[in-house]
Amino acid sequence: MTMKKRNLLLSIIAVIVLFGVANFVQLEMDAYIRRIVNLCMIYAIIGLSMNITNGFVGQFALGQAGFMAVGAYVVGIFTVPVAMRPGVFYATPMNPAIINIYMPLGVALIVGGLLAALIAFVIGTPVLRLRGDYLAIATLGFSEIIRIVITNASSITNGALGIKNIPPLNDVRIIFLATLITFILITLLINSSYGRAFKAIREDEIAAEAMGIDLFYHKNLAFMISAFFAGIGGGLYGALLGTVDPKNFLFTLTYNFLLIIVLGGMGSITGSMLGAVIVTAGLEYLRVFDEPLELFGMAIPLFRPGFRMVMFSVLLMFCVLFWRKGIMGTEEFTWDKFVNFCKHPLAYFTKKGAHAE
Amino acid sequence: MNVLKTNSITMQFGGVIAVNELAIDVNEHEIVALIGPNGAGKTTAFNMITGVYKPTSGTVQYTDVHGKQIDITGKKPSDIAKLGIARTFQNIRLFKELSVYENVMIAKHLHLKSNFLSATLHLPGYNKEQAAAEASVEKLLRSVNLWDLRNEKASALPYGQQRHLEIVRALATEPRLLLLDEPAAGMNPKETEELTAFIRKIRDQYNLTIFLIEHHMDLVMEISDRIYVLDFGMTIAQGDPQSIQNNQRVITAYLGEDEDA
Amino acid sequence: MEFFQAFANMTAASFAQHMANGISLGSLYAMIAIGYTMVYGILLMINFAHGDIVMMACYFAFFGITVFHIPWFMTFIGTIVATALLGVVIERAAYRPLRDAPKNSVLISAIGASFLLENLANYLFSGRPMRFPDIPLLSQNIAVGGGVQIQAICFVIPVITIISLVILLHIVNHTKTGMAMRAVSKDYEIARVMGINIDNVISITFAIGSAMAAIGAIMWGIRYPGITPMLGVMPGLKCFVAAVVGGIGNIKGAVLGGFILGLGEILIVAFFPQLSGYRDAFAFIVLILILYYKPTGLLGETTTEKV
Repeated sequence: MTMKKRNLLLSIIAVIVLFGVANFVQLEMDAYIRRIVNLCMIYAIIGLSMNITNGFVGQFALGQAGFMAVGAYVVGIFTVPVAMRPGVFYATPMNPAIINIYMPLGVALIVGGLLAALIAFVIGTPVLRLRGDYLAIATLGFSEIIRIVITNASSITNGALGIKNIPPLNDVRIIFLATLITFILITLLINSSYGRAFKAIREDEIAAEAMGIDLFYHKNLAFMISAFFAGIGGGLYGALLGTVDPKNFLFTLTYNFLLIIVLGGMGSITGSMLGAVIVTAGLEYLRVFDEPLELFGMAIPLFRPGFRMVMFSVLLMFCVLFWRKGIMGTEEFTWDKFVNFCKHPLAYFTKKGAHAE
Repeated sequence: MNVLKTNSITMQFGGVIAVNELAIDVNEHEIVALIGPNGAGKTTAFNMITGVYKPTSGTVQYTDVHGKQIDITGKKPSDIAKLGIARTFQNIRLFKELSVYENVMIAKHLHLKSNFLSATLHLPGYNKEQAAAEASVEKLLRSVNLWDLRNEKASALPYGQQRHLEIVRALATEPRLLLLDEPAAGMNPKETEELTAFIRKIRDQYNLTIFLIEHHMDLVMEISDRIYVLDFGMTIAQGDPQSIQNNQRVITAYLGEDEDA
Repeated sequence: MEFFQAFANMTAASFAQHMANGISLGSLYAMIAIGYTMVYGILLMINFAHGDIVMMACYFAFFGITVFHIPWFMTFIGTIVATALLGVVIERAAYRPLRDAPKNSVLISAIGASFLLENLANYLFSGRPMRFPDIPLLSQNIAVGGGVQIQAICFVIPVITIISLVILLHIVNHTKTGMAMRAVSKDYEIARVMGINIDNVISITFAIGSAMAAIGAIMWGIRYPGITPMLGVMPGLKCFVAAVVGGIGNIKGAVLGGFILGLGEILIVAFFPQLSGYRDAFAFIVLILILYYKPTGLLGETTTEKV
């Protein structure tokens, strides 16, 4: 059979296997593990969304937390059953214009994503013409503005009290499907002509422009698509937690996704998936360092609350100082490479040696 | 038919006048050269024509393939490329980390009619456009013997082939007017000869008009229909190769005054 | 409507109060903004960790006085020195190794450094707010007539800011070191070729910027005594905006920007009390406006990039 057919078959098998794993986790594992798996996948979605702008177009944007918040709040506002709303909005009554509007989760997710994309368009117009560091600060600023607006618009968002009683979604299989669809769509986008245009902008803006690529249009497009998926990820996040609170969406949340894409490789889709798993699971696993540790009967004073995040920050520094490429660099996991590896595992390592710079 | 006309374009950076009232005509199917000592303002002129700089004064006029006259002064480079003007760069600006194939395919993007949704979903309309683009790219790469190297990173190519790749990438945009900025830079005499033949070939094959900056005089004299000579931003001579070769001012500009004369 | 109410209710007394608050806040922002603008002028990078350096300075002072009972005058000097050192260490560890790397890497490193400092503070000092040591001499209220009470520190802050600014401008404009700093910020490569020790100049820049931030931090702590690990985050962002507003790379601009933002923030809340929840957003809105209409800042110069 041809390479293409073989690869497609392998992909389908992989999906079925992974779905089987998801099914297994859903049915057999406890709530704690299920939550971590769900969080891994949601973080993968958002990490991927950030990689579109930061990794593929090369635009350093730090607004993911804000766009997540938009998606999460659309879900929060519109999926809470109408009967329960006065109970949630006990301090400031909910705005009468929206109090009776109910959306099922699927609709709310899409609406959240679209709203985030719209906000990205409005923000993008002035902000995307800025250079690297200015763009970072400006998007950070907007992320904070979104959060500040949410904290203050009490009749719509319940302000600092947050929204409770969101109908939860924690079925691992459903979130797996959402993540899979995101993965497929983004892969298709990056492999299309538009994806190549994005990469051209990253490589050399001036040359890209000379070849007819409208910088403003494409940067804005990437920014909007990134916001769309971040919004969807945020909506899923809100549904997973069952509550949303403006304090969940401080811009420091964006740093998590920065680590994911740096660790996984900025410019690699499969890298971001890997990075999400490592960072999310790692963050959970590192919790053990937040508790006092006893070795040889002695309590080691090093480990107490907060140590986990210190290790996490050190990891980010390590990556950026010594391992900028991350795990995958700009390469992707492909079936061709995998099959070659299986056939000649040793050759993989010597080839790597031969190609060492 | 006139393809490009610059009407006294001037480029001023602060107190420095890099290009002073440049008036150039390029006519259909001509190969016109712009020569002059280093720093004369040649690349600046290119940048004004392709929209990288907006001229401080003056206008640039372009006639497209339908005969329509368009004022392209200060337009965005991407818009100018879409109108049919393509260029290469003095210091080679390939997409270094991308493959040879991707470098040229990117140049096909500007003609894409499908929007990003049909592209992402690989709808039939998009697939058809892509197939046509791929065929065209294959033909272009084969013409410079780069098809077999199509999956190599652009930065991995030897210098001469990088220059070829840049030209082929510009051709992929299906231009009417091709601007080449020192295409023979760093080439030895044999390579320069091949390039000369190549430029003639693509001019005939693709119905191009060519405007080039060059220092290799053999290439310039061999291939040009007309030559403009720039020094300190001003045109000091223009004409056919024969008259330029014998022009005293040109010789002085390049070689300096003879102290004993 | 509420604006007119607030305007009508504002007496000369309360206006004086607001002005005092605004000038104080503006001075504090100015002191911190100087660090951002100096580093950006030389290295063309945003030192994301600068705001967190302010936070660490506050903790240094807290430990000196409250924990180790060192007299406040000596602690303050020690804090300034320690903070300057911290700035130099951060530059050495996080930025110098990436000097030849693509721009985005340094940005990520700066973010990482900032994140690390915040988490380190949270780990070392716990997230519980600490109280910045009280210096009665400075925190007492002084009656200024008309029923207006202004904290003593509000008089001290602008004075110290101006003194610091004068000293700094003298260093930059009239000393060899300052000349070296200006040379490096104008053209990095040429300065290096001319024999200027780039590493030293950069270290000195970070040291001075951090020292300024430490002075600002101490005054901040006296004025706003609650210290938490995240204390530097918002002020850090706002002070970078202040530096941009004034013209990034321009020290006088940073001071101007600081005052604009500080005064603006206080006065907006004073005249539009219903907007007080949005006071943090003010800085970002100013940022967007400046980047849109005058990206080089109020005192900055325009340059064209050569292709």
